[in-house]
Amino acid sequence: MNSEPLLLATPSGDVLKLRPEGSWTAANVTTLETLSHSVGADVDRSRGVTLDMSGVSALDTLGAWVLEKLSRRAASAGRSAEFVGVADHFSGLMDEVREVNRHTPAPTAKPNAVLLRLGDLGKATVGAREDITIFLQMLGALFMAMIGVLRRPRSLRLTSLVYQLYRIGWQAIPIVALITFLIGAIIAQQGFFHFRRFGAESYTVDMVGILVLRELGVLIVAIMVAGRSGSAYTAELGSMKMREEIDALSTMGLDPVDVLILPRVAALVIALPILAFIGSVAALYGGGLVAQFYGDMGPAIYIARLHEAISVTHFEVGILKAPFMALVIGIVACSEGLRVKGSAESLGRQTTTSVVKSIFLVIVLDGLFAIFFASIGM
Amino acid sequence: MDESQEQFAIRVRDLVVGFGRQTVLDHLSLDVRKGEILGLVGASGGGKSVLMRTIIGLIPRRSGAIEVMGHEIGGTQNRGTQGAAATWGILFQQGALFSSLTVRQNVQFPLRENLVLSQELMDEIAIAKLEMVGLRAQDADKYPAELSGGMTKRVALARALALDPPILFLDEPTSGLDPIAAGDFDALIGTLQKTLGLTVFMVTHDLASLTTVCDRVAALADGKIVAIGPMRDLLQSEHPWVRAYFHGKRSQMLQHEMR
Repeated sequence: MNSEPLLLATPSGDVLKLRPEGSWTAANVTTLETLSHSVGADVDRSRGVTLDMSGVSALDTLGAWVLEKLSRRAASAGRSAEFVGVADHFSGLMDEVREVNRHTPAPTAKPNAVLLRLGDLGKATVGAREDITIFLQMLGALFMAMIGVLRRPRSLRLTSLVYQLYRIGWQAIPIVALITFLIGAIIAQQGFFHFRRFGAESYTVDMVGILVLRELGVLIVAIMVAGRSGSAYTAELGSMKMREEIDALSTMGLDPVDVLILPRVAALVIALPILAFIGSVAALYGGGLVAQFYGDMGPAIYIARLHEAISVTHFEVGILKAPFMALVIGIVACSEGLRVKGSAESLGRQTTTSVVKSIFLVIVLDGLFAIFFASIGM
Repeated sequence: MDESQEQFAIRVRDLVVGFGRQTVLDHLSLDVRKGEILGLVGASGGGKSVLMRTIIGLIPRRSGAIEVMGHEIGGTQNRGTQGAAATWGILFQQGALFSSLTVRQNVQFPLRENLVLSQELMDEIAIAKLEMVGLRAQDADKYPAELSGGMTKRVALARALALDPPILFLDEPTSGLDPIAAGDFDALIGTLQKTLGLTVFMVTHDLASLTTVCDRVAALADGKIVAIGPMRDLLQSEHPWVRAYFHGKRSQMLQHEMR
């Protein structure tokens, strides 16, 4: 079936006779391109072209197009070009190919590179304003939904809330505890290693205690939750948006904020302080283990030092931040989920945006809280 | 090549496919002749799509033999469908266009993966295919998310035809299209079948498609092909399910209109 394609060119008078032979099919495309290029110059020189198709044993769209292109090359320069000897079973295909590629769309002018950059900058600026608007709208919608629940406590989606708590709280405990444990241990090790030079090893406990309770415990846990649960929220809501599930909810007279978003955000707000507490305890435990095995400080001394170094205030400063961070993560994750458009790519992009943005906002929020607590003397 | 290979594009023998305890296809046999348009009808959930997906090697089978253009299709262990990719083009029900690629790139994808050719020729072939399925060159730079249902199906058809496969599988090509668009699509398939000499295997519920473009119709019920032949033979069939399918209220109305 598949025979090597050939293209015989014989000039007869002013007219160039082209006789394609063999299989002019996609399987031989490389040969076909070489063949048609090789006769290109002859076609340009001749006053007319005749394509004798009687030798073609197999033909598909690609082969037909390569031949048609040769004939158009001649025709475009005002010379005659004709096909002869087209077999009956190829004539339909040849006719079809003669119709295509007739209208080349006007090439769109490439915009200036500088203007393009400026345009991107402008779009990013407008986009940032839009981001803030969407964030505030979502906050407002959640607040209204909250008021609705307070008015009619029975309208709270308890099943959904408990399920979300299980997913983002209970199931997150092992990984959160493990990572904060390691972080606590690493901080303690660094503390002992460097403070030893000044003979100030005992202050390691102060550092671990204050750092973990005030900052790191809650911050690490918030970042982990943003990556673990925030991304899941965005992907879930995004795929629901893609499959028109959210539109279906709205048409049934239900507010997606009530049904989908409030239980999710509420679960985060409840779970994050608990996770932050568990994380802080795990970090202090990790620090204690390092104190015993690396810093030669027994558990009794470690706990006694800890007792002196930290107060309830430190713990309060840390844990008070958790619900606000949870709110930010939840709002960003859900609103990014609702911004997903039809394509799979957009789902991926929105999920990435959600995680990056919520981690950024969590850190900014932490900084604002640091200023706030410092100014009220906590 | 013996005569049977010459004559048939697809041969299915004693095919058994099931999931868990459920048997979907039960010793099914089916022959598709070269150059014909075969329509497959059957109840929703009755295994039409399963049959199509088994033939193209997406679903493993329990037993039986499948031959496409004289080549045995791999069994449960060996999916071995790679070499066959140029043998068939497939139009999935939802189009299954790659959403991160433009229309042009979608159509070029099989060309790019299977052949070595210049970008210029690839662009021209892609536009040629798009025009053959009735789209304009301007649509080439759109993304699948920007297309309407009918356009998505056309682009998917252009992609399925990119390598000029001898066999075309269509999974409910006209579902979700309005009657005018569906009629156009049927006509398009008919024209392409004639110009390119395709064998078309079409899963459909569209009675109009069955009557207008299909050379033969096969009815799938209880995991077997219970009737096969030209539409008028099927209308005469005595099988209870086939009778119910073609002589129900909806079908009667349609056939009445056509007469």
